[in-house]
Amino acid sequence: MGPVRESFIFEFLYCHLSLEASCSSVRIINIAFIPESLSWISFSLTAFFWIFVFVNAALVGVLALIWGERRLIGKFQARLGPNRWGPLGLFTPVADAIKVMFKEDIEPTLSDKLIYVLAPILMVVPVFMIFPIIPYGAKTFLTNISVGVVFVLAITSINSLSVLMAGWASGNRFAIIGGIRAVAMLLSYEIPMGISAAGVVIVAGSLSLSGVVDSQVIPNAIFQPLGFITFLIASTAELNRSPFDITEAESELVAGYMTDYSSMKFGLFYLGEFMATIASSAIIVTFYFSGWRGPSFIPSEIWFLAKWIGVIAIFIWFRATFPRLRIDQIMSLAWKGLFELSLINVLVLALMIAIWPDPTGMQLLLMTAINWIVFLASVYIFGKILSPNLTGNKIKKRSVIYGLD
Amino acid sequence: MSTELVTMNIGPIHPSTHGVFRMRVTFDGETIIDAEPIIGYLHRGSEKLAEERTYTQVVTLTDRMDYTASMTNNQAYILSVEKLSGITPSERGVWLRMIASELQRIAAHSVAIGFLINDLGAWHTPLLYLLREREKILELFEMMCGARITNSYLRPGGVFMDAPDEFWPSLNRFLDEMPNRLDDIENLLTDNEIILARTQNVAILDKNDAINASITGPMLRASGVDWDLRHRNPYDYYEKISFRRPLGTVGDNNDRYLVRLHEIRESLKIVEQCLDLIEPGPVQPEEVPFLVRPPKGESYVPIEAPKGELGFYLVSDGGISPFRCHVRAPSLINLTLLRDMVIGYKIADLFVTFGSIDVNMGEVDR
Amino acid sequence: MFGIGLLKGLFTTLKNLLGPVFTVQYPNKKVGLIGALKFHKKSPLEFLRTQPNEFIKSLAGLHEVPEYPSQAPRFRGQDFNWFEDRCTGCASCAKYCPLGIIKIETTPGSRDEKEGSSYDIDVFDIDIGRCMFCGLCVEACPFDALHMGSGFERANEKRKGLVIPVDELRTAIKTPSTWFRPQMEDKNYKPKEKGAEIKDWHDVGRHEQPSDEELTEKWVNER
Ligand code: SF4
Ligand code: SF4
Repeated sequence: MGPVRESFIFEFLYCHLSLEASCSSVRIINIAFIPESLSWISFSLTAFFWIFVFVNAALVGVLALIWGERRLIGKFQARLGPNRWGPLGLFTPVADAIKVMFKEDIEPTLSDKLIYVLAPILMVVPVFMIFPIIPYGAKTFLTNISVGVVFVLAITSINSLSVLMAGWASGNRFAIIGGIRAVAMLLSYEIPMGISAAGVVIVAGSLSLSGVVDSQVIPNAIFQPLGFITFLIASTAELNRSPFDITEAESELVAGYMTDYSSMKFGLFYLGEFMATIASSAIIVTFYFSGWRGPSFIPSEIWFLAKWIGVIAIFIWFRATFPRLRIDQIMSLAWKGLFELSLINVLVLALMIAIWPDPTGMQLLLMTAINWIVFLASVYIFGKILSPNLTGNKIKKRSVIYGLD
Repeated sequence: MSTELVTMNIGPIHPSTHGVFRMRVTFDGETIIDAEPIIGYLHRGSEKLAEERTYTQVVTLTDRMDYTASMTNNQAYILSVEKLSGITPSERGVWLRMIASELQRIAAHSVAIGFLINDLGAWHTPLLYLLREREKILELFEMMCGARITNSYLRPGGVFMDAPDEFWPSLNRFLDEMPNRLDDIENLLTDNEIILARTQNVAILDKNDAINASITGPMLRASGVDWDLRHRNPYDYYEKISFRRPLGTVGDNNDRYLVRLHEIRESLKIVEQCLDLIEPGPVQPEEVPFLVRPPKGESYVPIEAPKGELGFYLVSDGGISPFRCHVRAPSLINLTLLRDMVIGYKIADLFVTFGSIDVNMGEVDR
Repeated sequence: MFGIGLLKGLFTTLKNLLGPVFTVQYPNKKVGLIGALKFHKKSPLEFLRTQPNEFIKSLAGLHEVPEYPSQAPRFRGQDFNWFEDRCTGCASCAKYCPLGIIKIETTPGSRDEKEGSSYDIDVFDIDIGRCMFCGLCVEACPFDALHMGSGFERANEKRKGLVIPVDELRTAIKTPSTWFRPQMEDKNYKPKEKGAEIKDWHDVGRHEQPSDEELTEKWVNER
């Protein structure tokens, strides 16, 4: 029954059901009734309860994000955003969900039926698996698997498969272009993402997410800015969010891989994308903003939530500001820019950890300073030398000339 | 690896075809091999309808050709009618219609830039900032003539009514605010590396090609040709006004964006000069009849509309309605080079280029 | 340096995030208690006593107060304003309409007023479903009988509902637009203000209203 039993919230509920001997210290009220020999029942009940809570929390989170994103983008654009349904338009996503459910479900004649149905499911299900392993607070986590970082990287890359399946199965040319773009892009960005995550792991000396949080005396966003920037950009790309939303690319491909989806199948894609945003933000908080850590006068869960919302707001800010990049530019950014930058980051960190295996106060500050110098220098060099070539053509700020009289 | 060419129909219903425009595009992977524009989905027969209507009634038809620039359409038509029937417009009327048409140019260029950036994939942000400014212009139009888009403000001889008193302070406030807003837009867009990367050196239009295809307007100026009818062939009172003509250096999408942006600034200056020169007086000469009845003849007066050279060729047989009306629509003629401009570029560039040409399907099909 | 432009863009959007919002929440906006009190100009207790339901709604931020966009006096609205007493049935408006959507039928001479005999208007239908609100009909009316309206909320489910019949034109509340009516503009008439309704047909005319003596002089003594 492995790592879940380390989790406080799991153990707490479990011990109020099971009469297991080791439980008596955790129990507050004596209401347990399931004998120790039937511990699998209490285990399953607890597990089901928590699965139920997590899945529903994720769904509510998606509704909240849809509302928040629209409201915030509205404010960025000097307008209000949704404001008709309920106070401040809070019920708009609910109305949306109902509308989506009752729409006609259309299956194109040319579609590959099985794959067509499987694709949206594959989009949603893996994302649910990320939520239980994230430490939301000092004691609030469901499980602490020892290879958390690898697990996260593995799970987040499944959705590119789903996008390809959707694009292929639709039998629509807009969709297939979107699907193929998705595979090209998502695979390329896996690499800088993984390497940046390696930087986090090197500092933490542990692959578990709790270990990563524990190791961050200085939040990694400040400690290793280069890794943070590359990870942030790479995960924006992984999420298909602006400026990397070429797979949907409203102004080019109508809706990309989901052009032909309607009704709840479309709803699942929508759900999956927003849930991935939430999950990715949680991961970024864990990796780079020291997770739940913060001055202890506020509960650790609140710290986590605040940072979480902050990171999501950054994604929304990007979306409100940036136009989309072109496919070749996206690819060269991944391979000519982020790949090298993340390698530099790992190299520098590894060297420093080799010199100071157990950094203390002053050494940490020194390492941070070195990291910042490396960050500024490498971004400057890449900006100066590579950026004009990064996009395939030399870009230079210009202005107009004026006609002579 | 053997690959296959893909042919796609883009439009007539598509998020970024700016109306109902269809392209049959052949792609090799992401690269465009061929692009064939197919037009005519918005044909309403305006030119034929004009033959059935009196000269004043035709003004309402011109509103609906380029619906982002009704005032300049009115102006082009009215100038042609005035030449045909020999009407000398009243002075204040001319100043008023110059102010109106320059404001319209600002509005039309705002729409053009906004939708160009939208085609680039910005999540409507610059578009909404620009539409917010356009809204102020439309409110000014509403004060002037009671309508925001289908103005029908101009009449042979001038305009139908003087601008009301509350118009002038509002206009001054707009002129004060607009440069700051433009600075905002420039901060957001001009140096943005993503926009530079997306638009520079894409769809370069050569000077000679542009002239040979009789491209006009900001698109021609972006290719570096100093051709502005307000300067070369001044109509109304443009010779009393001094303004600069921004020209592009390369002729790519970025230049087309920059030229439009700087033309907005110049238009603001023109409006300010008009405000200095305008004097009280009648807005339409007394002798202009309600039913204009020009003598036999024909006329064509080209003007510099926001999209290029716009002119109405009118033939009169002495009756109360034109015998023949033909519109030289800049959108249609500028669109002819789309195919040559996009071949060899990526799918995404197709829409950006289309946006940078700034066509209006209402004017293309008429 | 690469990225400065992007940062500049980010700060521009941030500036607008903190700036004012330009939305006009037509036709109504939801407000909380403070907004409701401000709108009704009431004290909380009074509001609770007079409108208890609305009070509770306003606590949840759901109280609705009307909000309209600003509208210029010249705005060419949908509902035509027509003064029967001014109309001679000359049908200039119908002739001048580019779409020919004004239908007028008259019978001569049942009424005899000071100014001379006139026509009775039996039918005066305007099919605004096809109207483009160009206002040429108003421009053409020589007697200032027809005016553009100032409303814009005549959306309808049936096409028939978009025809304004003569009875409605007769009985409608008249708040004409000042479009092509300089005399109204000189009076600084604002159709959207409270109490802007025009009841007397004399008020919209282009000329001074002649006194009875003048009329007698002109129409009786001179003949
Ligand atoms: S507004 Fe124009 S279209 Fe409408 S009735 Fe009058 S003349 Fe005809
Ligand atoms: S409304 Fe005016 S133009 Fe029309 S019939 Fe009456 S008087 Fe004549």
